[in-house]
Amino acid sequence: MTTITQPRPAEPKGAVNGAKLFNRLCAVCLTLFALIWLVPFVWALITSLRDDASITQSPTSIFAGGWSLDAYSTAWDNHPIGTWYLNSLVISVLAVIFTVAFCSMAGFALAFLRFRGRGLVMAVATAGLMLPTEALVLPQFIEYRSFHLLGTFWALVLPSVAAPISVFVFHSFFRGIPTALIEAARIDGASWWRVYANVCMPICRPAVSTVAILTFISSWNSFLWPLLVLSQTKSQTIPVGLASLVDPSSPQYAEVMASSVLGFIPLIAVFLVFQRQIVQGIATTGIK
Amino acid sequence: MTTVVSTRPAPTAAPTGLAADRPTRSERRAGRLLTAPFLVVYLLFLVGPVLVGVVLSFFNTTTVKSGLGDFVGLSNYREVLGDSLFWESMWHSVLFTLLTTPPLVILALGVAILASRIRRGRLFYRIAFFLPYVVPSSVVTLVFLWMYTPQIGLIPKVFGAVGLPVPDFIGSTSGGWTAVVLMTVWWTFGFNFVLYTAAIQDVPADVYEAAAIDGASPWQQIRHITVPLLGRTTSLVLILQILASLKVFDQIYQLLGGGPNQSTRPVIEYIYDTGFTAYRGGYGAAATMVYFVIIVAISAAWYGLRRRRATSSAA
Repeated sequence: MTTITQPRPAEPKGAVNGAKLFNRLCAVCLTLFALIWLVPFVWALITSLRDDASITQSPTSIFAGGWSLDAYSTAWDNHPIGTWYLNSLVISVLAVIFTVAFCSMAGFALAFLRFRGRGLVMAVATAGLMLPTEALVLPQFIEYRSFHLLGTFWALVLPSVAAPISVFVFHSFFRGIPTALIEAARIDGASWWRVYANVCMPICRPAVSTVAILTFISSWNSFLWPLLVLSQTKSQTIPVGLASLVDPSSPQYAEVMASSVLGFIPLIAVFLVFQRQIVQGIATTGIK
Repeated sequence: MTTVVSTRPAPTAAPTGLAADRPTRSERRAGRLLTAPFLVVYLLFLVGPVLVGVVLSFFNTTTVKSGLGDFVGLSNYREVLGDSLFWESMWHSVLFTLLTTPPLVILALGVAILASRIRRGRLFYRIAFFLPYVVPSSVVTLVFLWMYTPQIGLIPKVFGAVGLPVPDFIGSTSGGWTAVVLMTVWWTFGFNFVLYTAAIQDVPADVYEAAAIDGASPWQQIRHITVPLLGRTTSLVLILQILASLKVFDQIYQLLGGGPNQSTRPVIEYIYDTGFTAYRGGYGAAATMVYFVIIVAISAAWYGLRRRRATSSAA
């Protein structure tokens, strides 16, 4: 996995100038492309700092009318953004805790322990990788309603815990641990639980962070399910709350963009801190 | 636990719990206990909805009242299969897949190859291309709605400046598809980019060195080494992309509401509308099952194909 961050070996030493030129051309194309890709972020940020009158009058002259943070304070006052943040945070953190705990336990058992039903659990979990959960919102909704879970945070936490992919990430990491280590711990008198918690989990930090981060992002970003489950404004999550701001009849560009910026800032922070793990996580879960 | 050691047969045996000897009772118990929490949640909340969906589809359930309602047999299915609106929405999901898959795969491959030739600034490219993917769909929609705004939005200005006719991005069907495809490509292409980047790093460096010594130009190296060696990754990216595109809902719902006149409504929005706007739970469940079977069939076919290829190449 460390290969991802290693510099690419390009041409060998003493390569012809053509290759060097080609690489330079690549760099120019790529940089132009990357700059284009950053435009929506920059555009949202600039708009959020202007006022609506100057935006409508001269949309593209970005310095007209001066910059201010007014739109942020109006956005914060007009919408319960703080509550949305808190809801998203509570839900995502709970999802991460339960997913890491339950899926790592299952992954450990499947990797090291023999017990009746092991093959069945393995088969059922593998089949689960193919299930398109997003397609099942309607029966899911009816089921949660009959359990009286609608409107609760549990309704948003439980679906992400039932993710076989997380079990397989842990399973494949645990399989990499030498069995001699486990045997040694067992001979020292450690119970299976202790082998799991004190020996294997600390070694599998990368698996923990992969699963934790991917679970956090997907549960923070999910839209359709929270839209159905949490119907009151006060208990909405960030994505659902922000979607309710779309009002084409009276556009308040600066305010809406300020809210969007507030919506993507935490993710940018998470991304910048954990970008390596995120990218590795995608690579491991995608290419199994 | 020390008893385990003393009763173990010979020192030649493989490690505890992994040997050919019978698992001890504590091992079997630990196995069951450690899998139980996941298994319970998994069966209740992943397998559960599938079963609930199957049952519901045979009943005339409404989403406003609890309880199943009357048993109607196969009539929900008959109605779904005969409903032109269902097939139209199904076609919209397929059309979205046809429109987004080629750019998302080809662009990701091209950009990943370009990025692989450059040693500096990898963090910058990663941020530029992958950051959009971690942003929620509603933020992406708000930003793009603003950029699509007629007259004062950035994208109509760019279209005008380049000399292209400016489509009505929100109000017309073709403009709506253009808008949604552009936005989706911007938002999700980073995922495929990451998969390709990881695969390119796995190509051994000496293959390139040998090619360079033989006098292959960089372009020839890309065409004859990189792209062919990425075949497996391409098939993976392709299937993940097709499955993801067929499940489209968020962007279209938020950007266009399936409009104008339901001409861009994808199948998940159809299910959402019948189930939560018309409150026809049983009927929506039948539509869900038809759609569900299609998706599972596609991914099962791919898994089967891949396994067959893997075994034939191993033999």
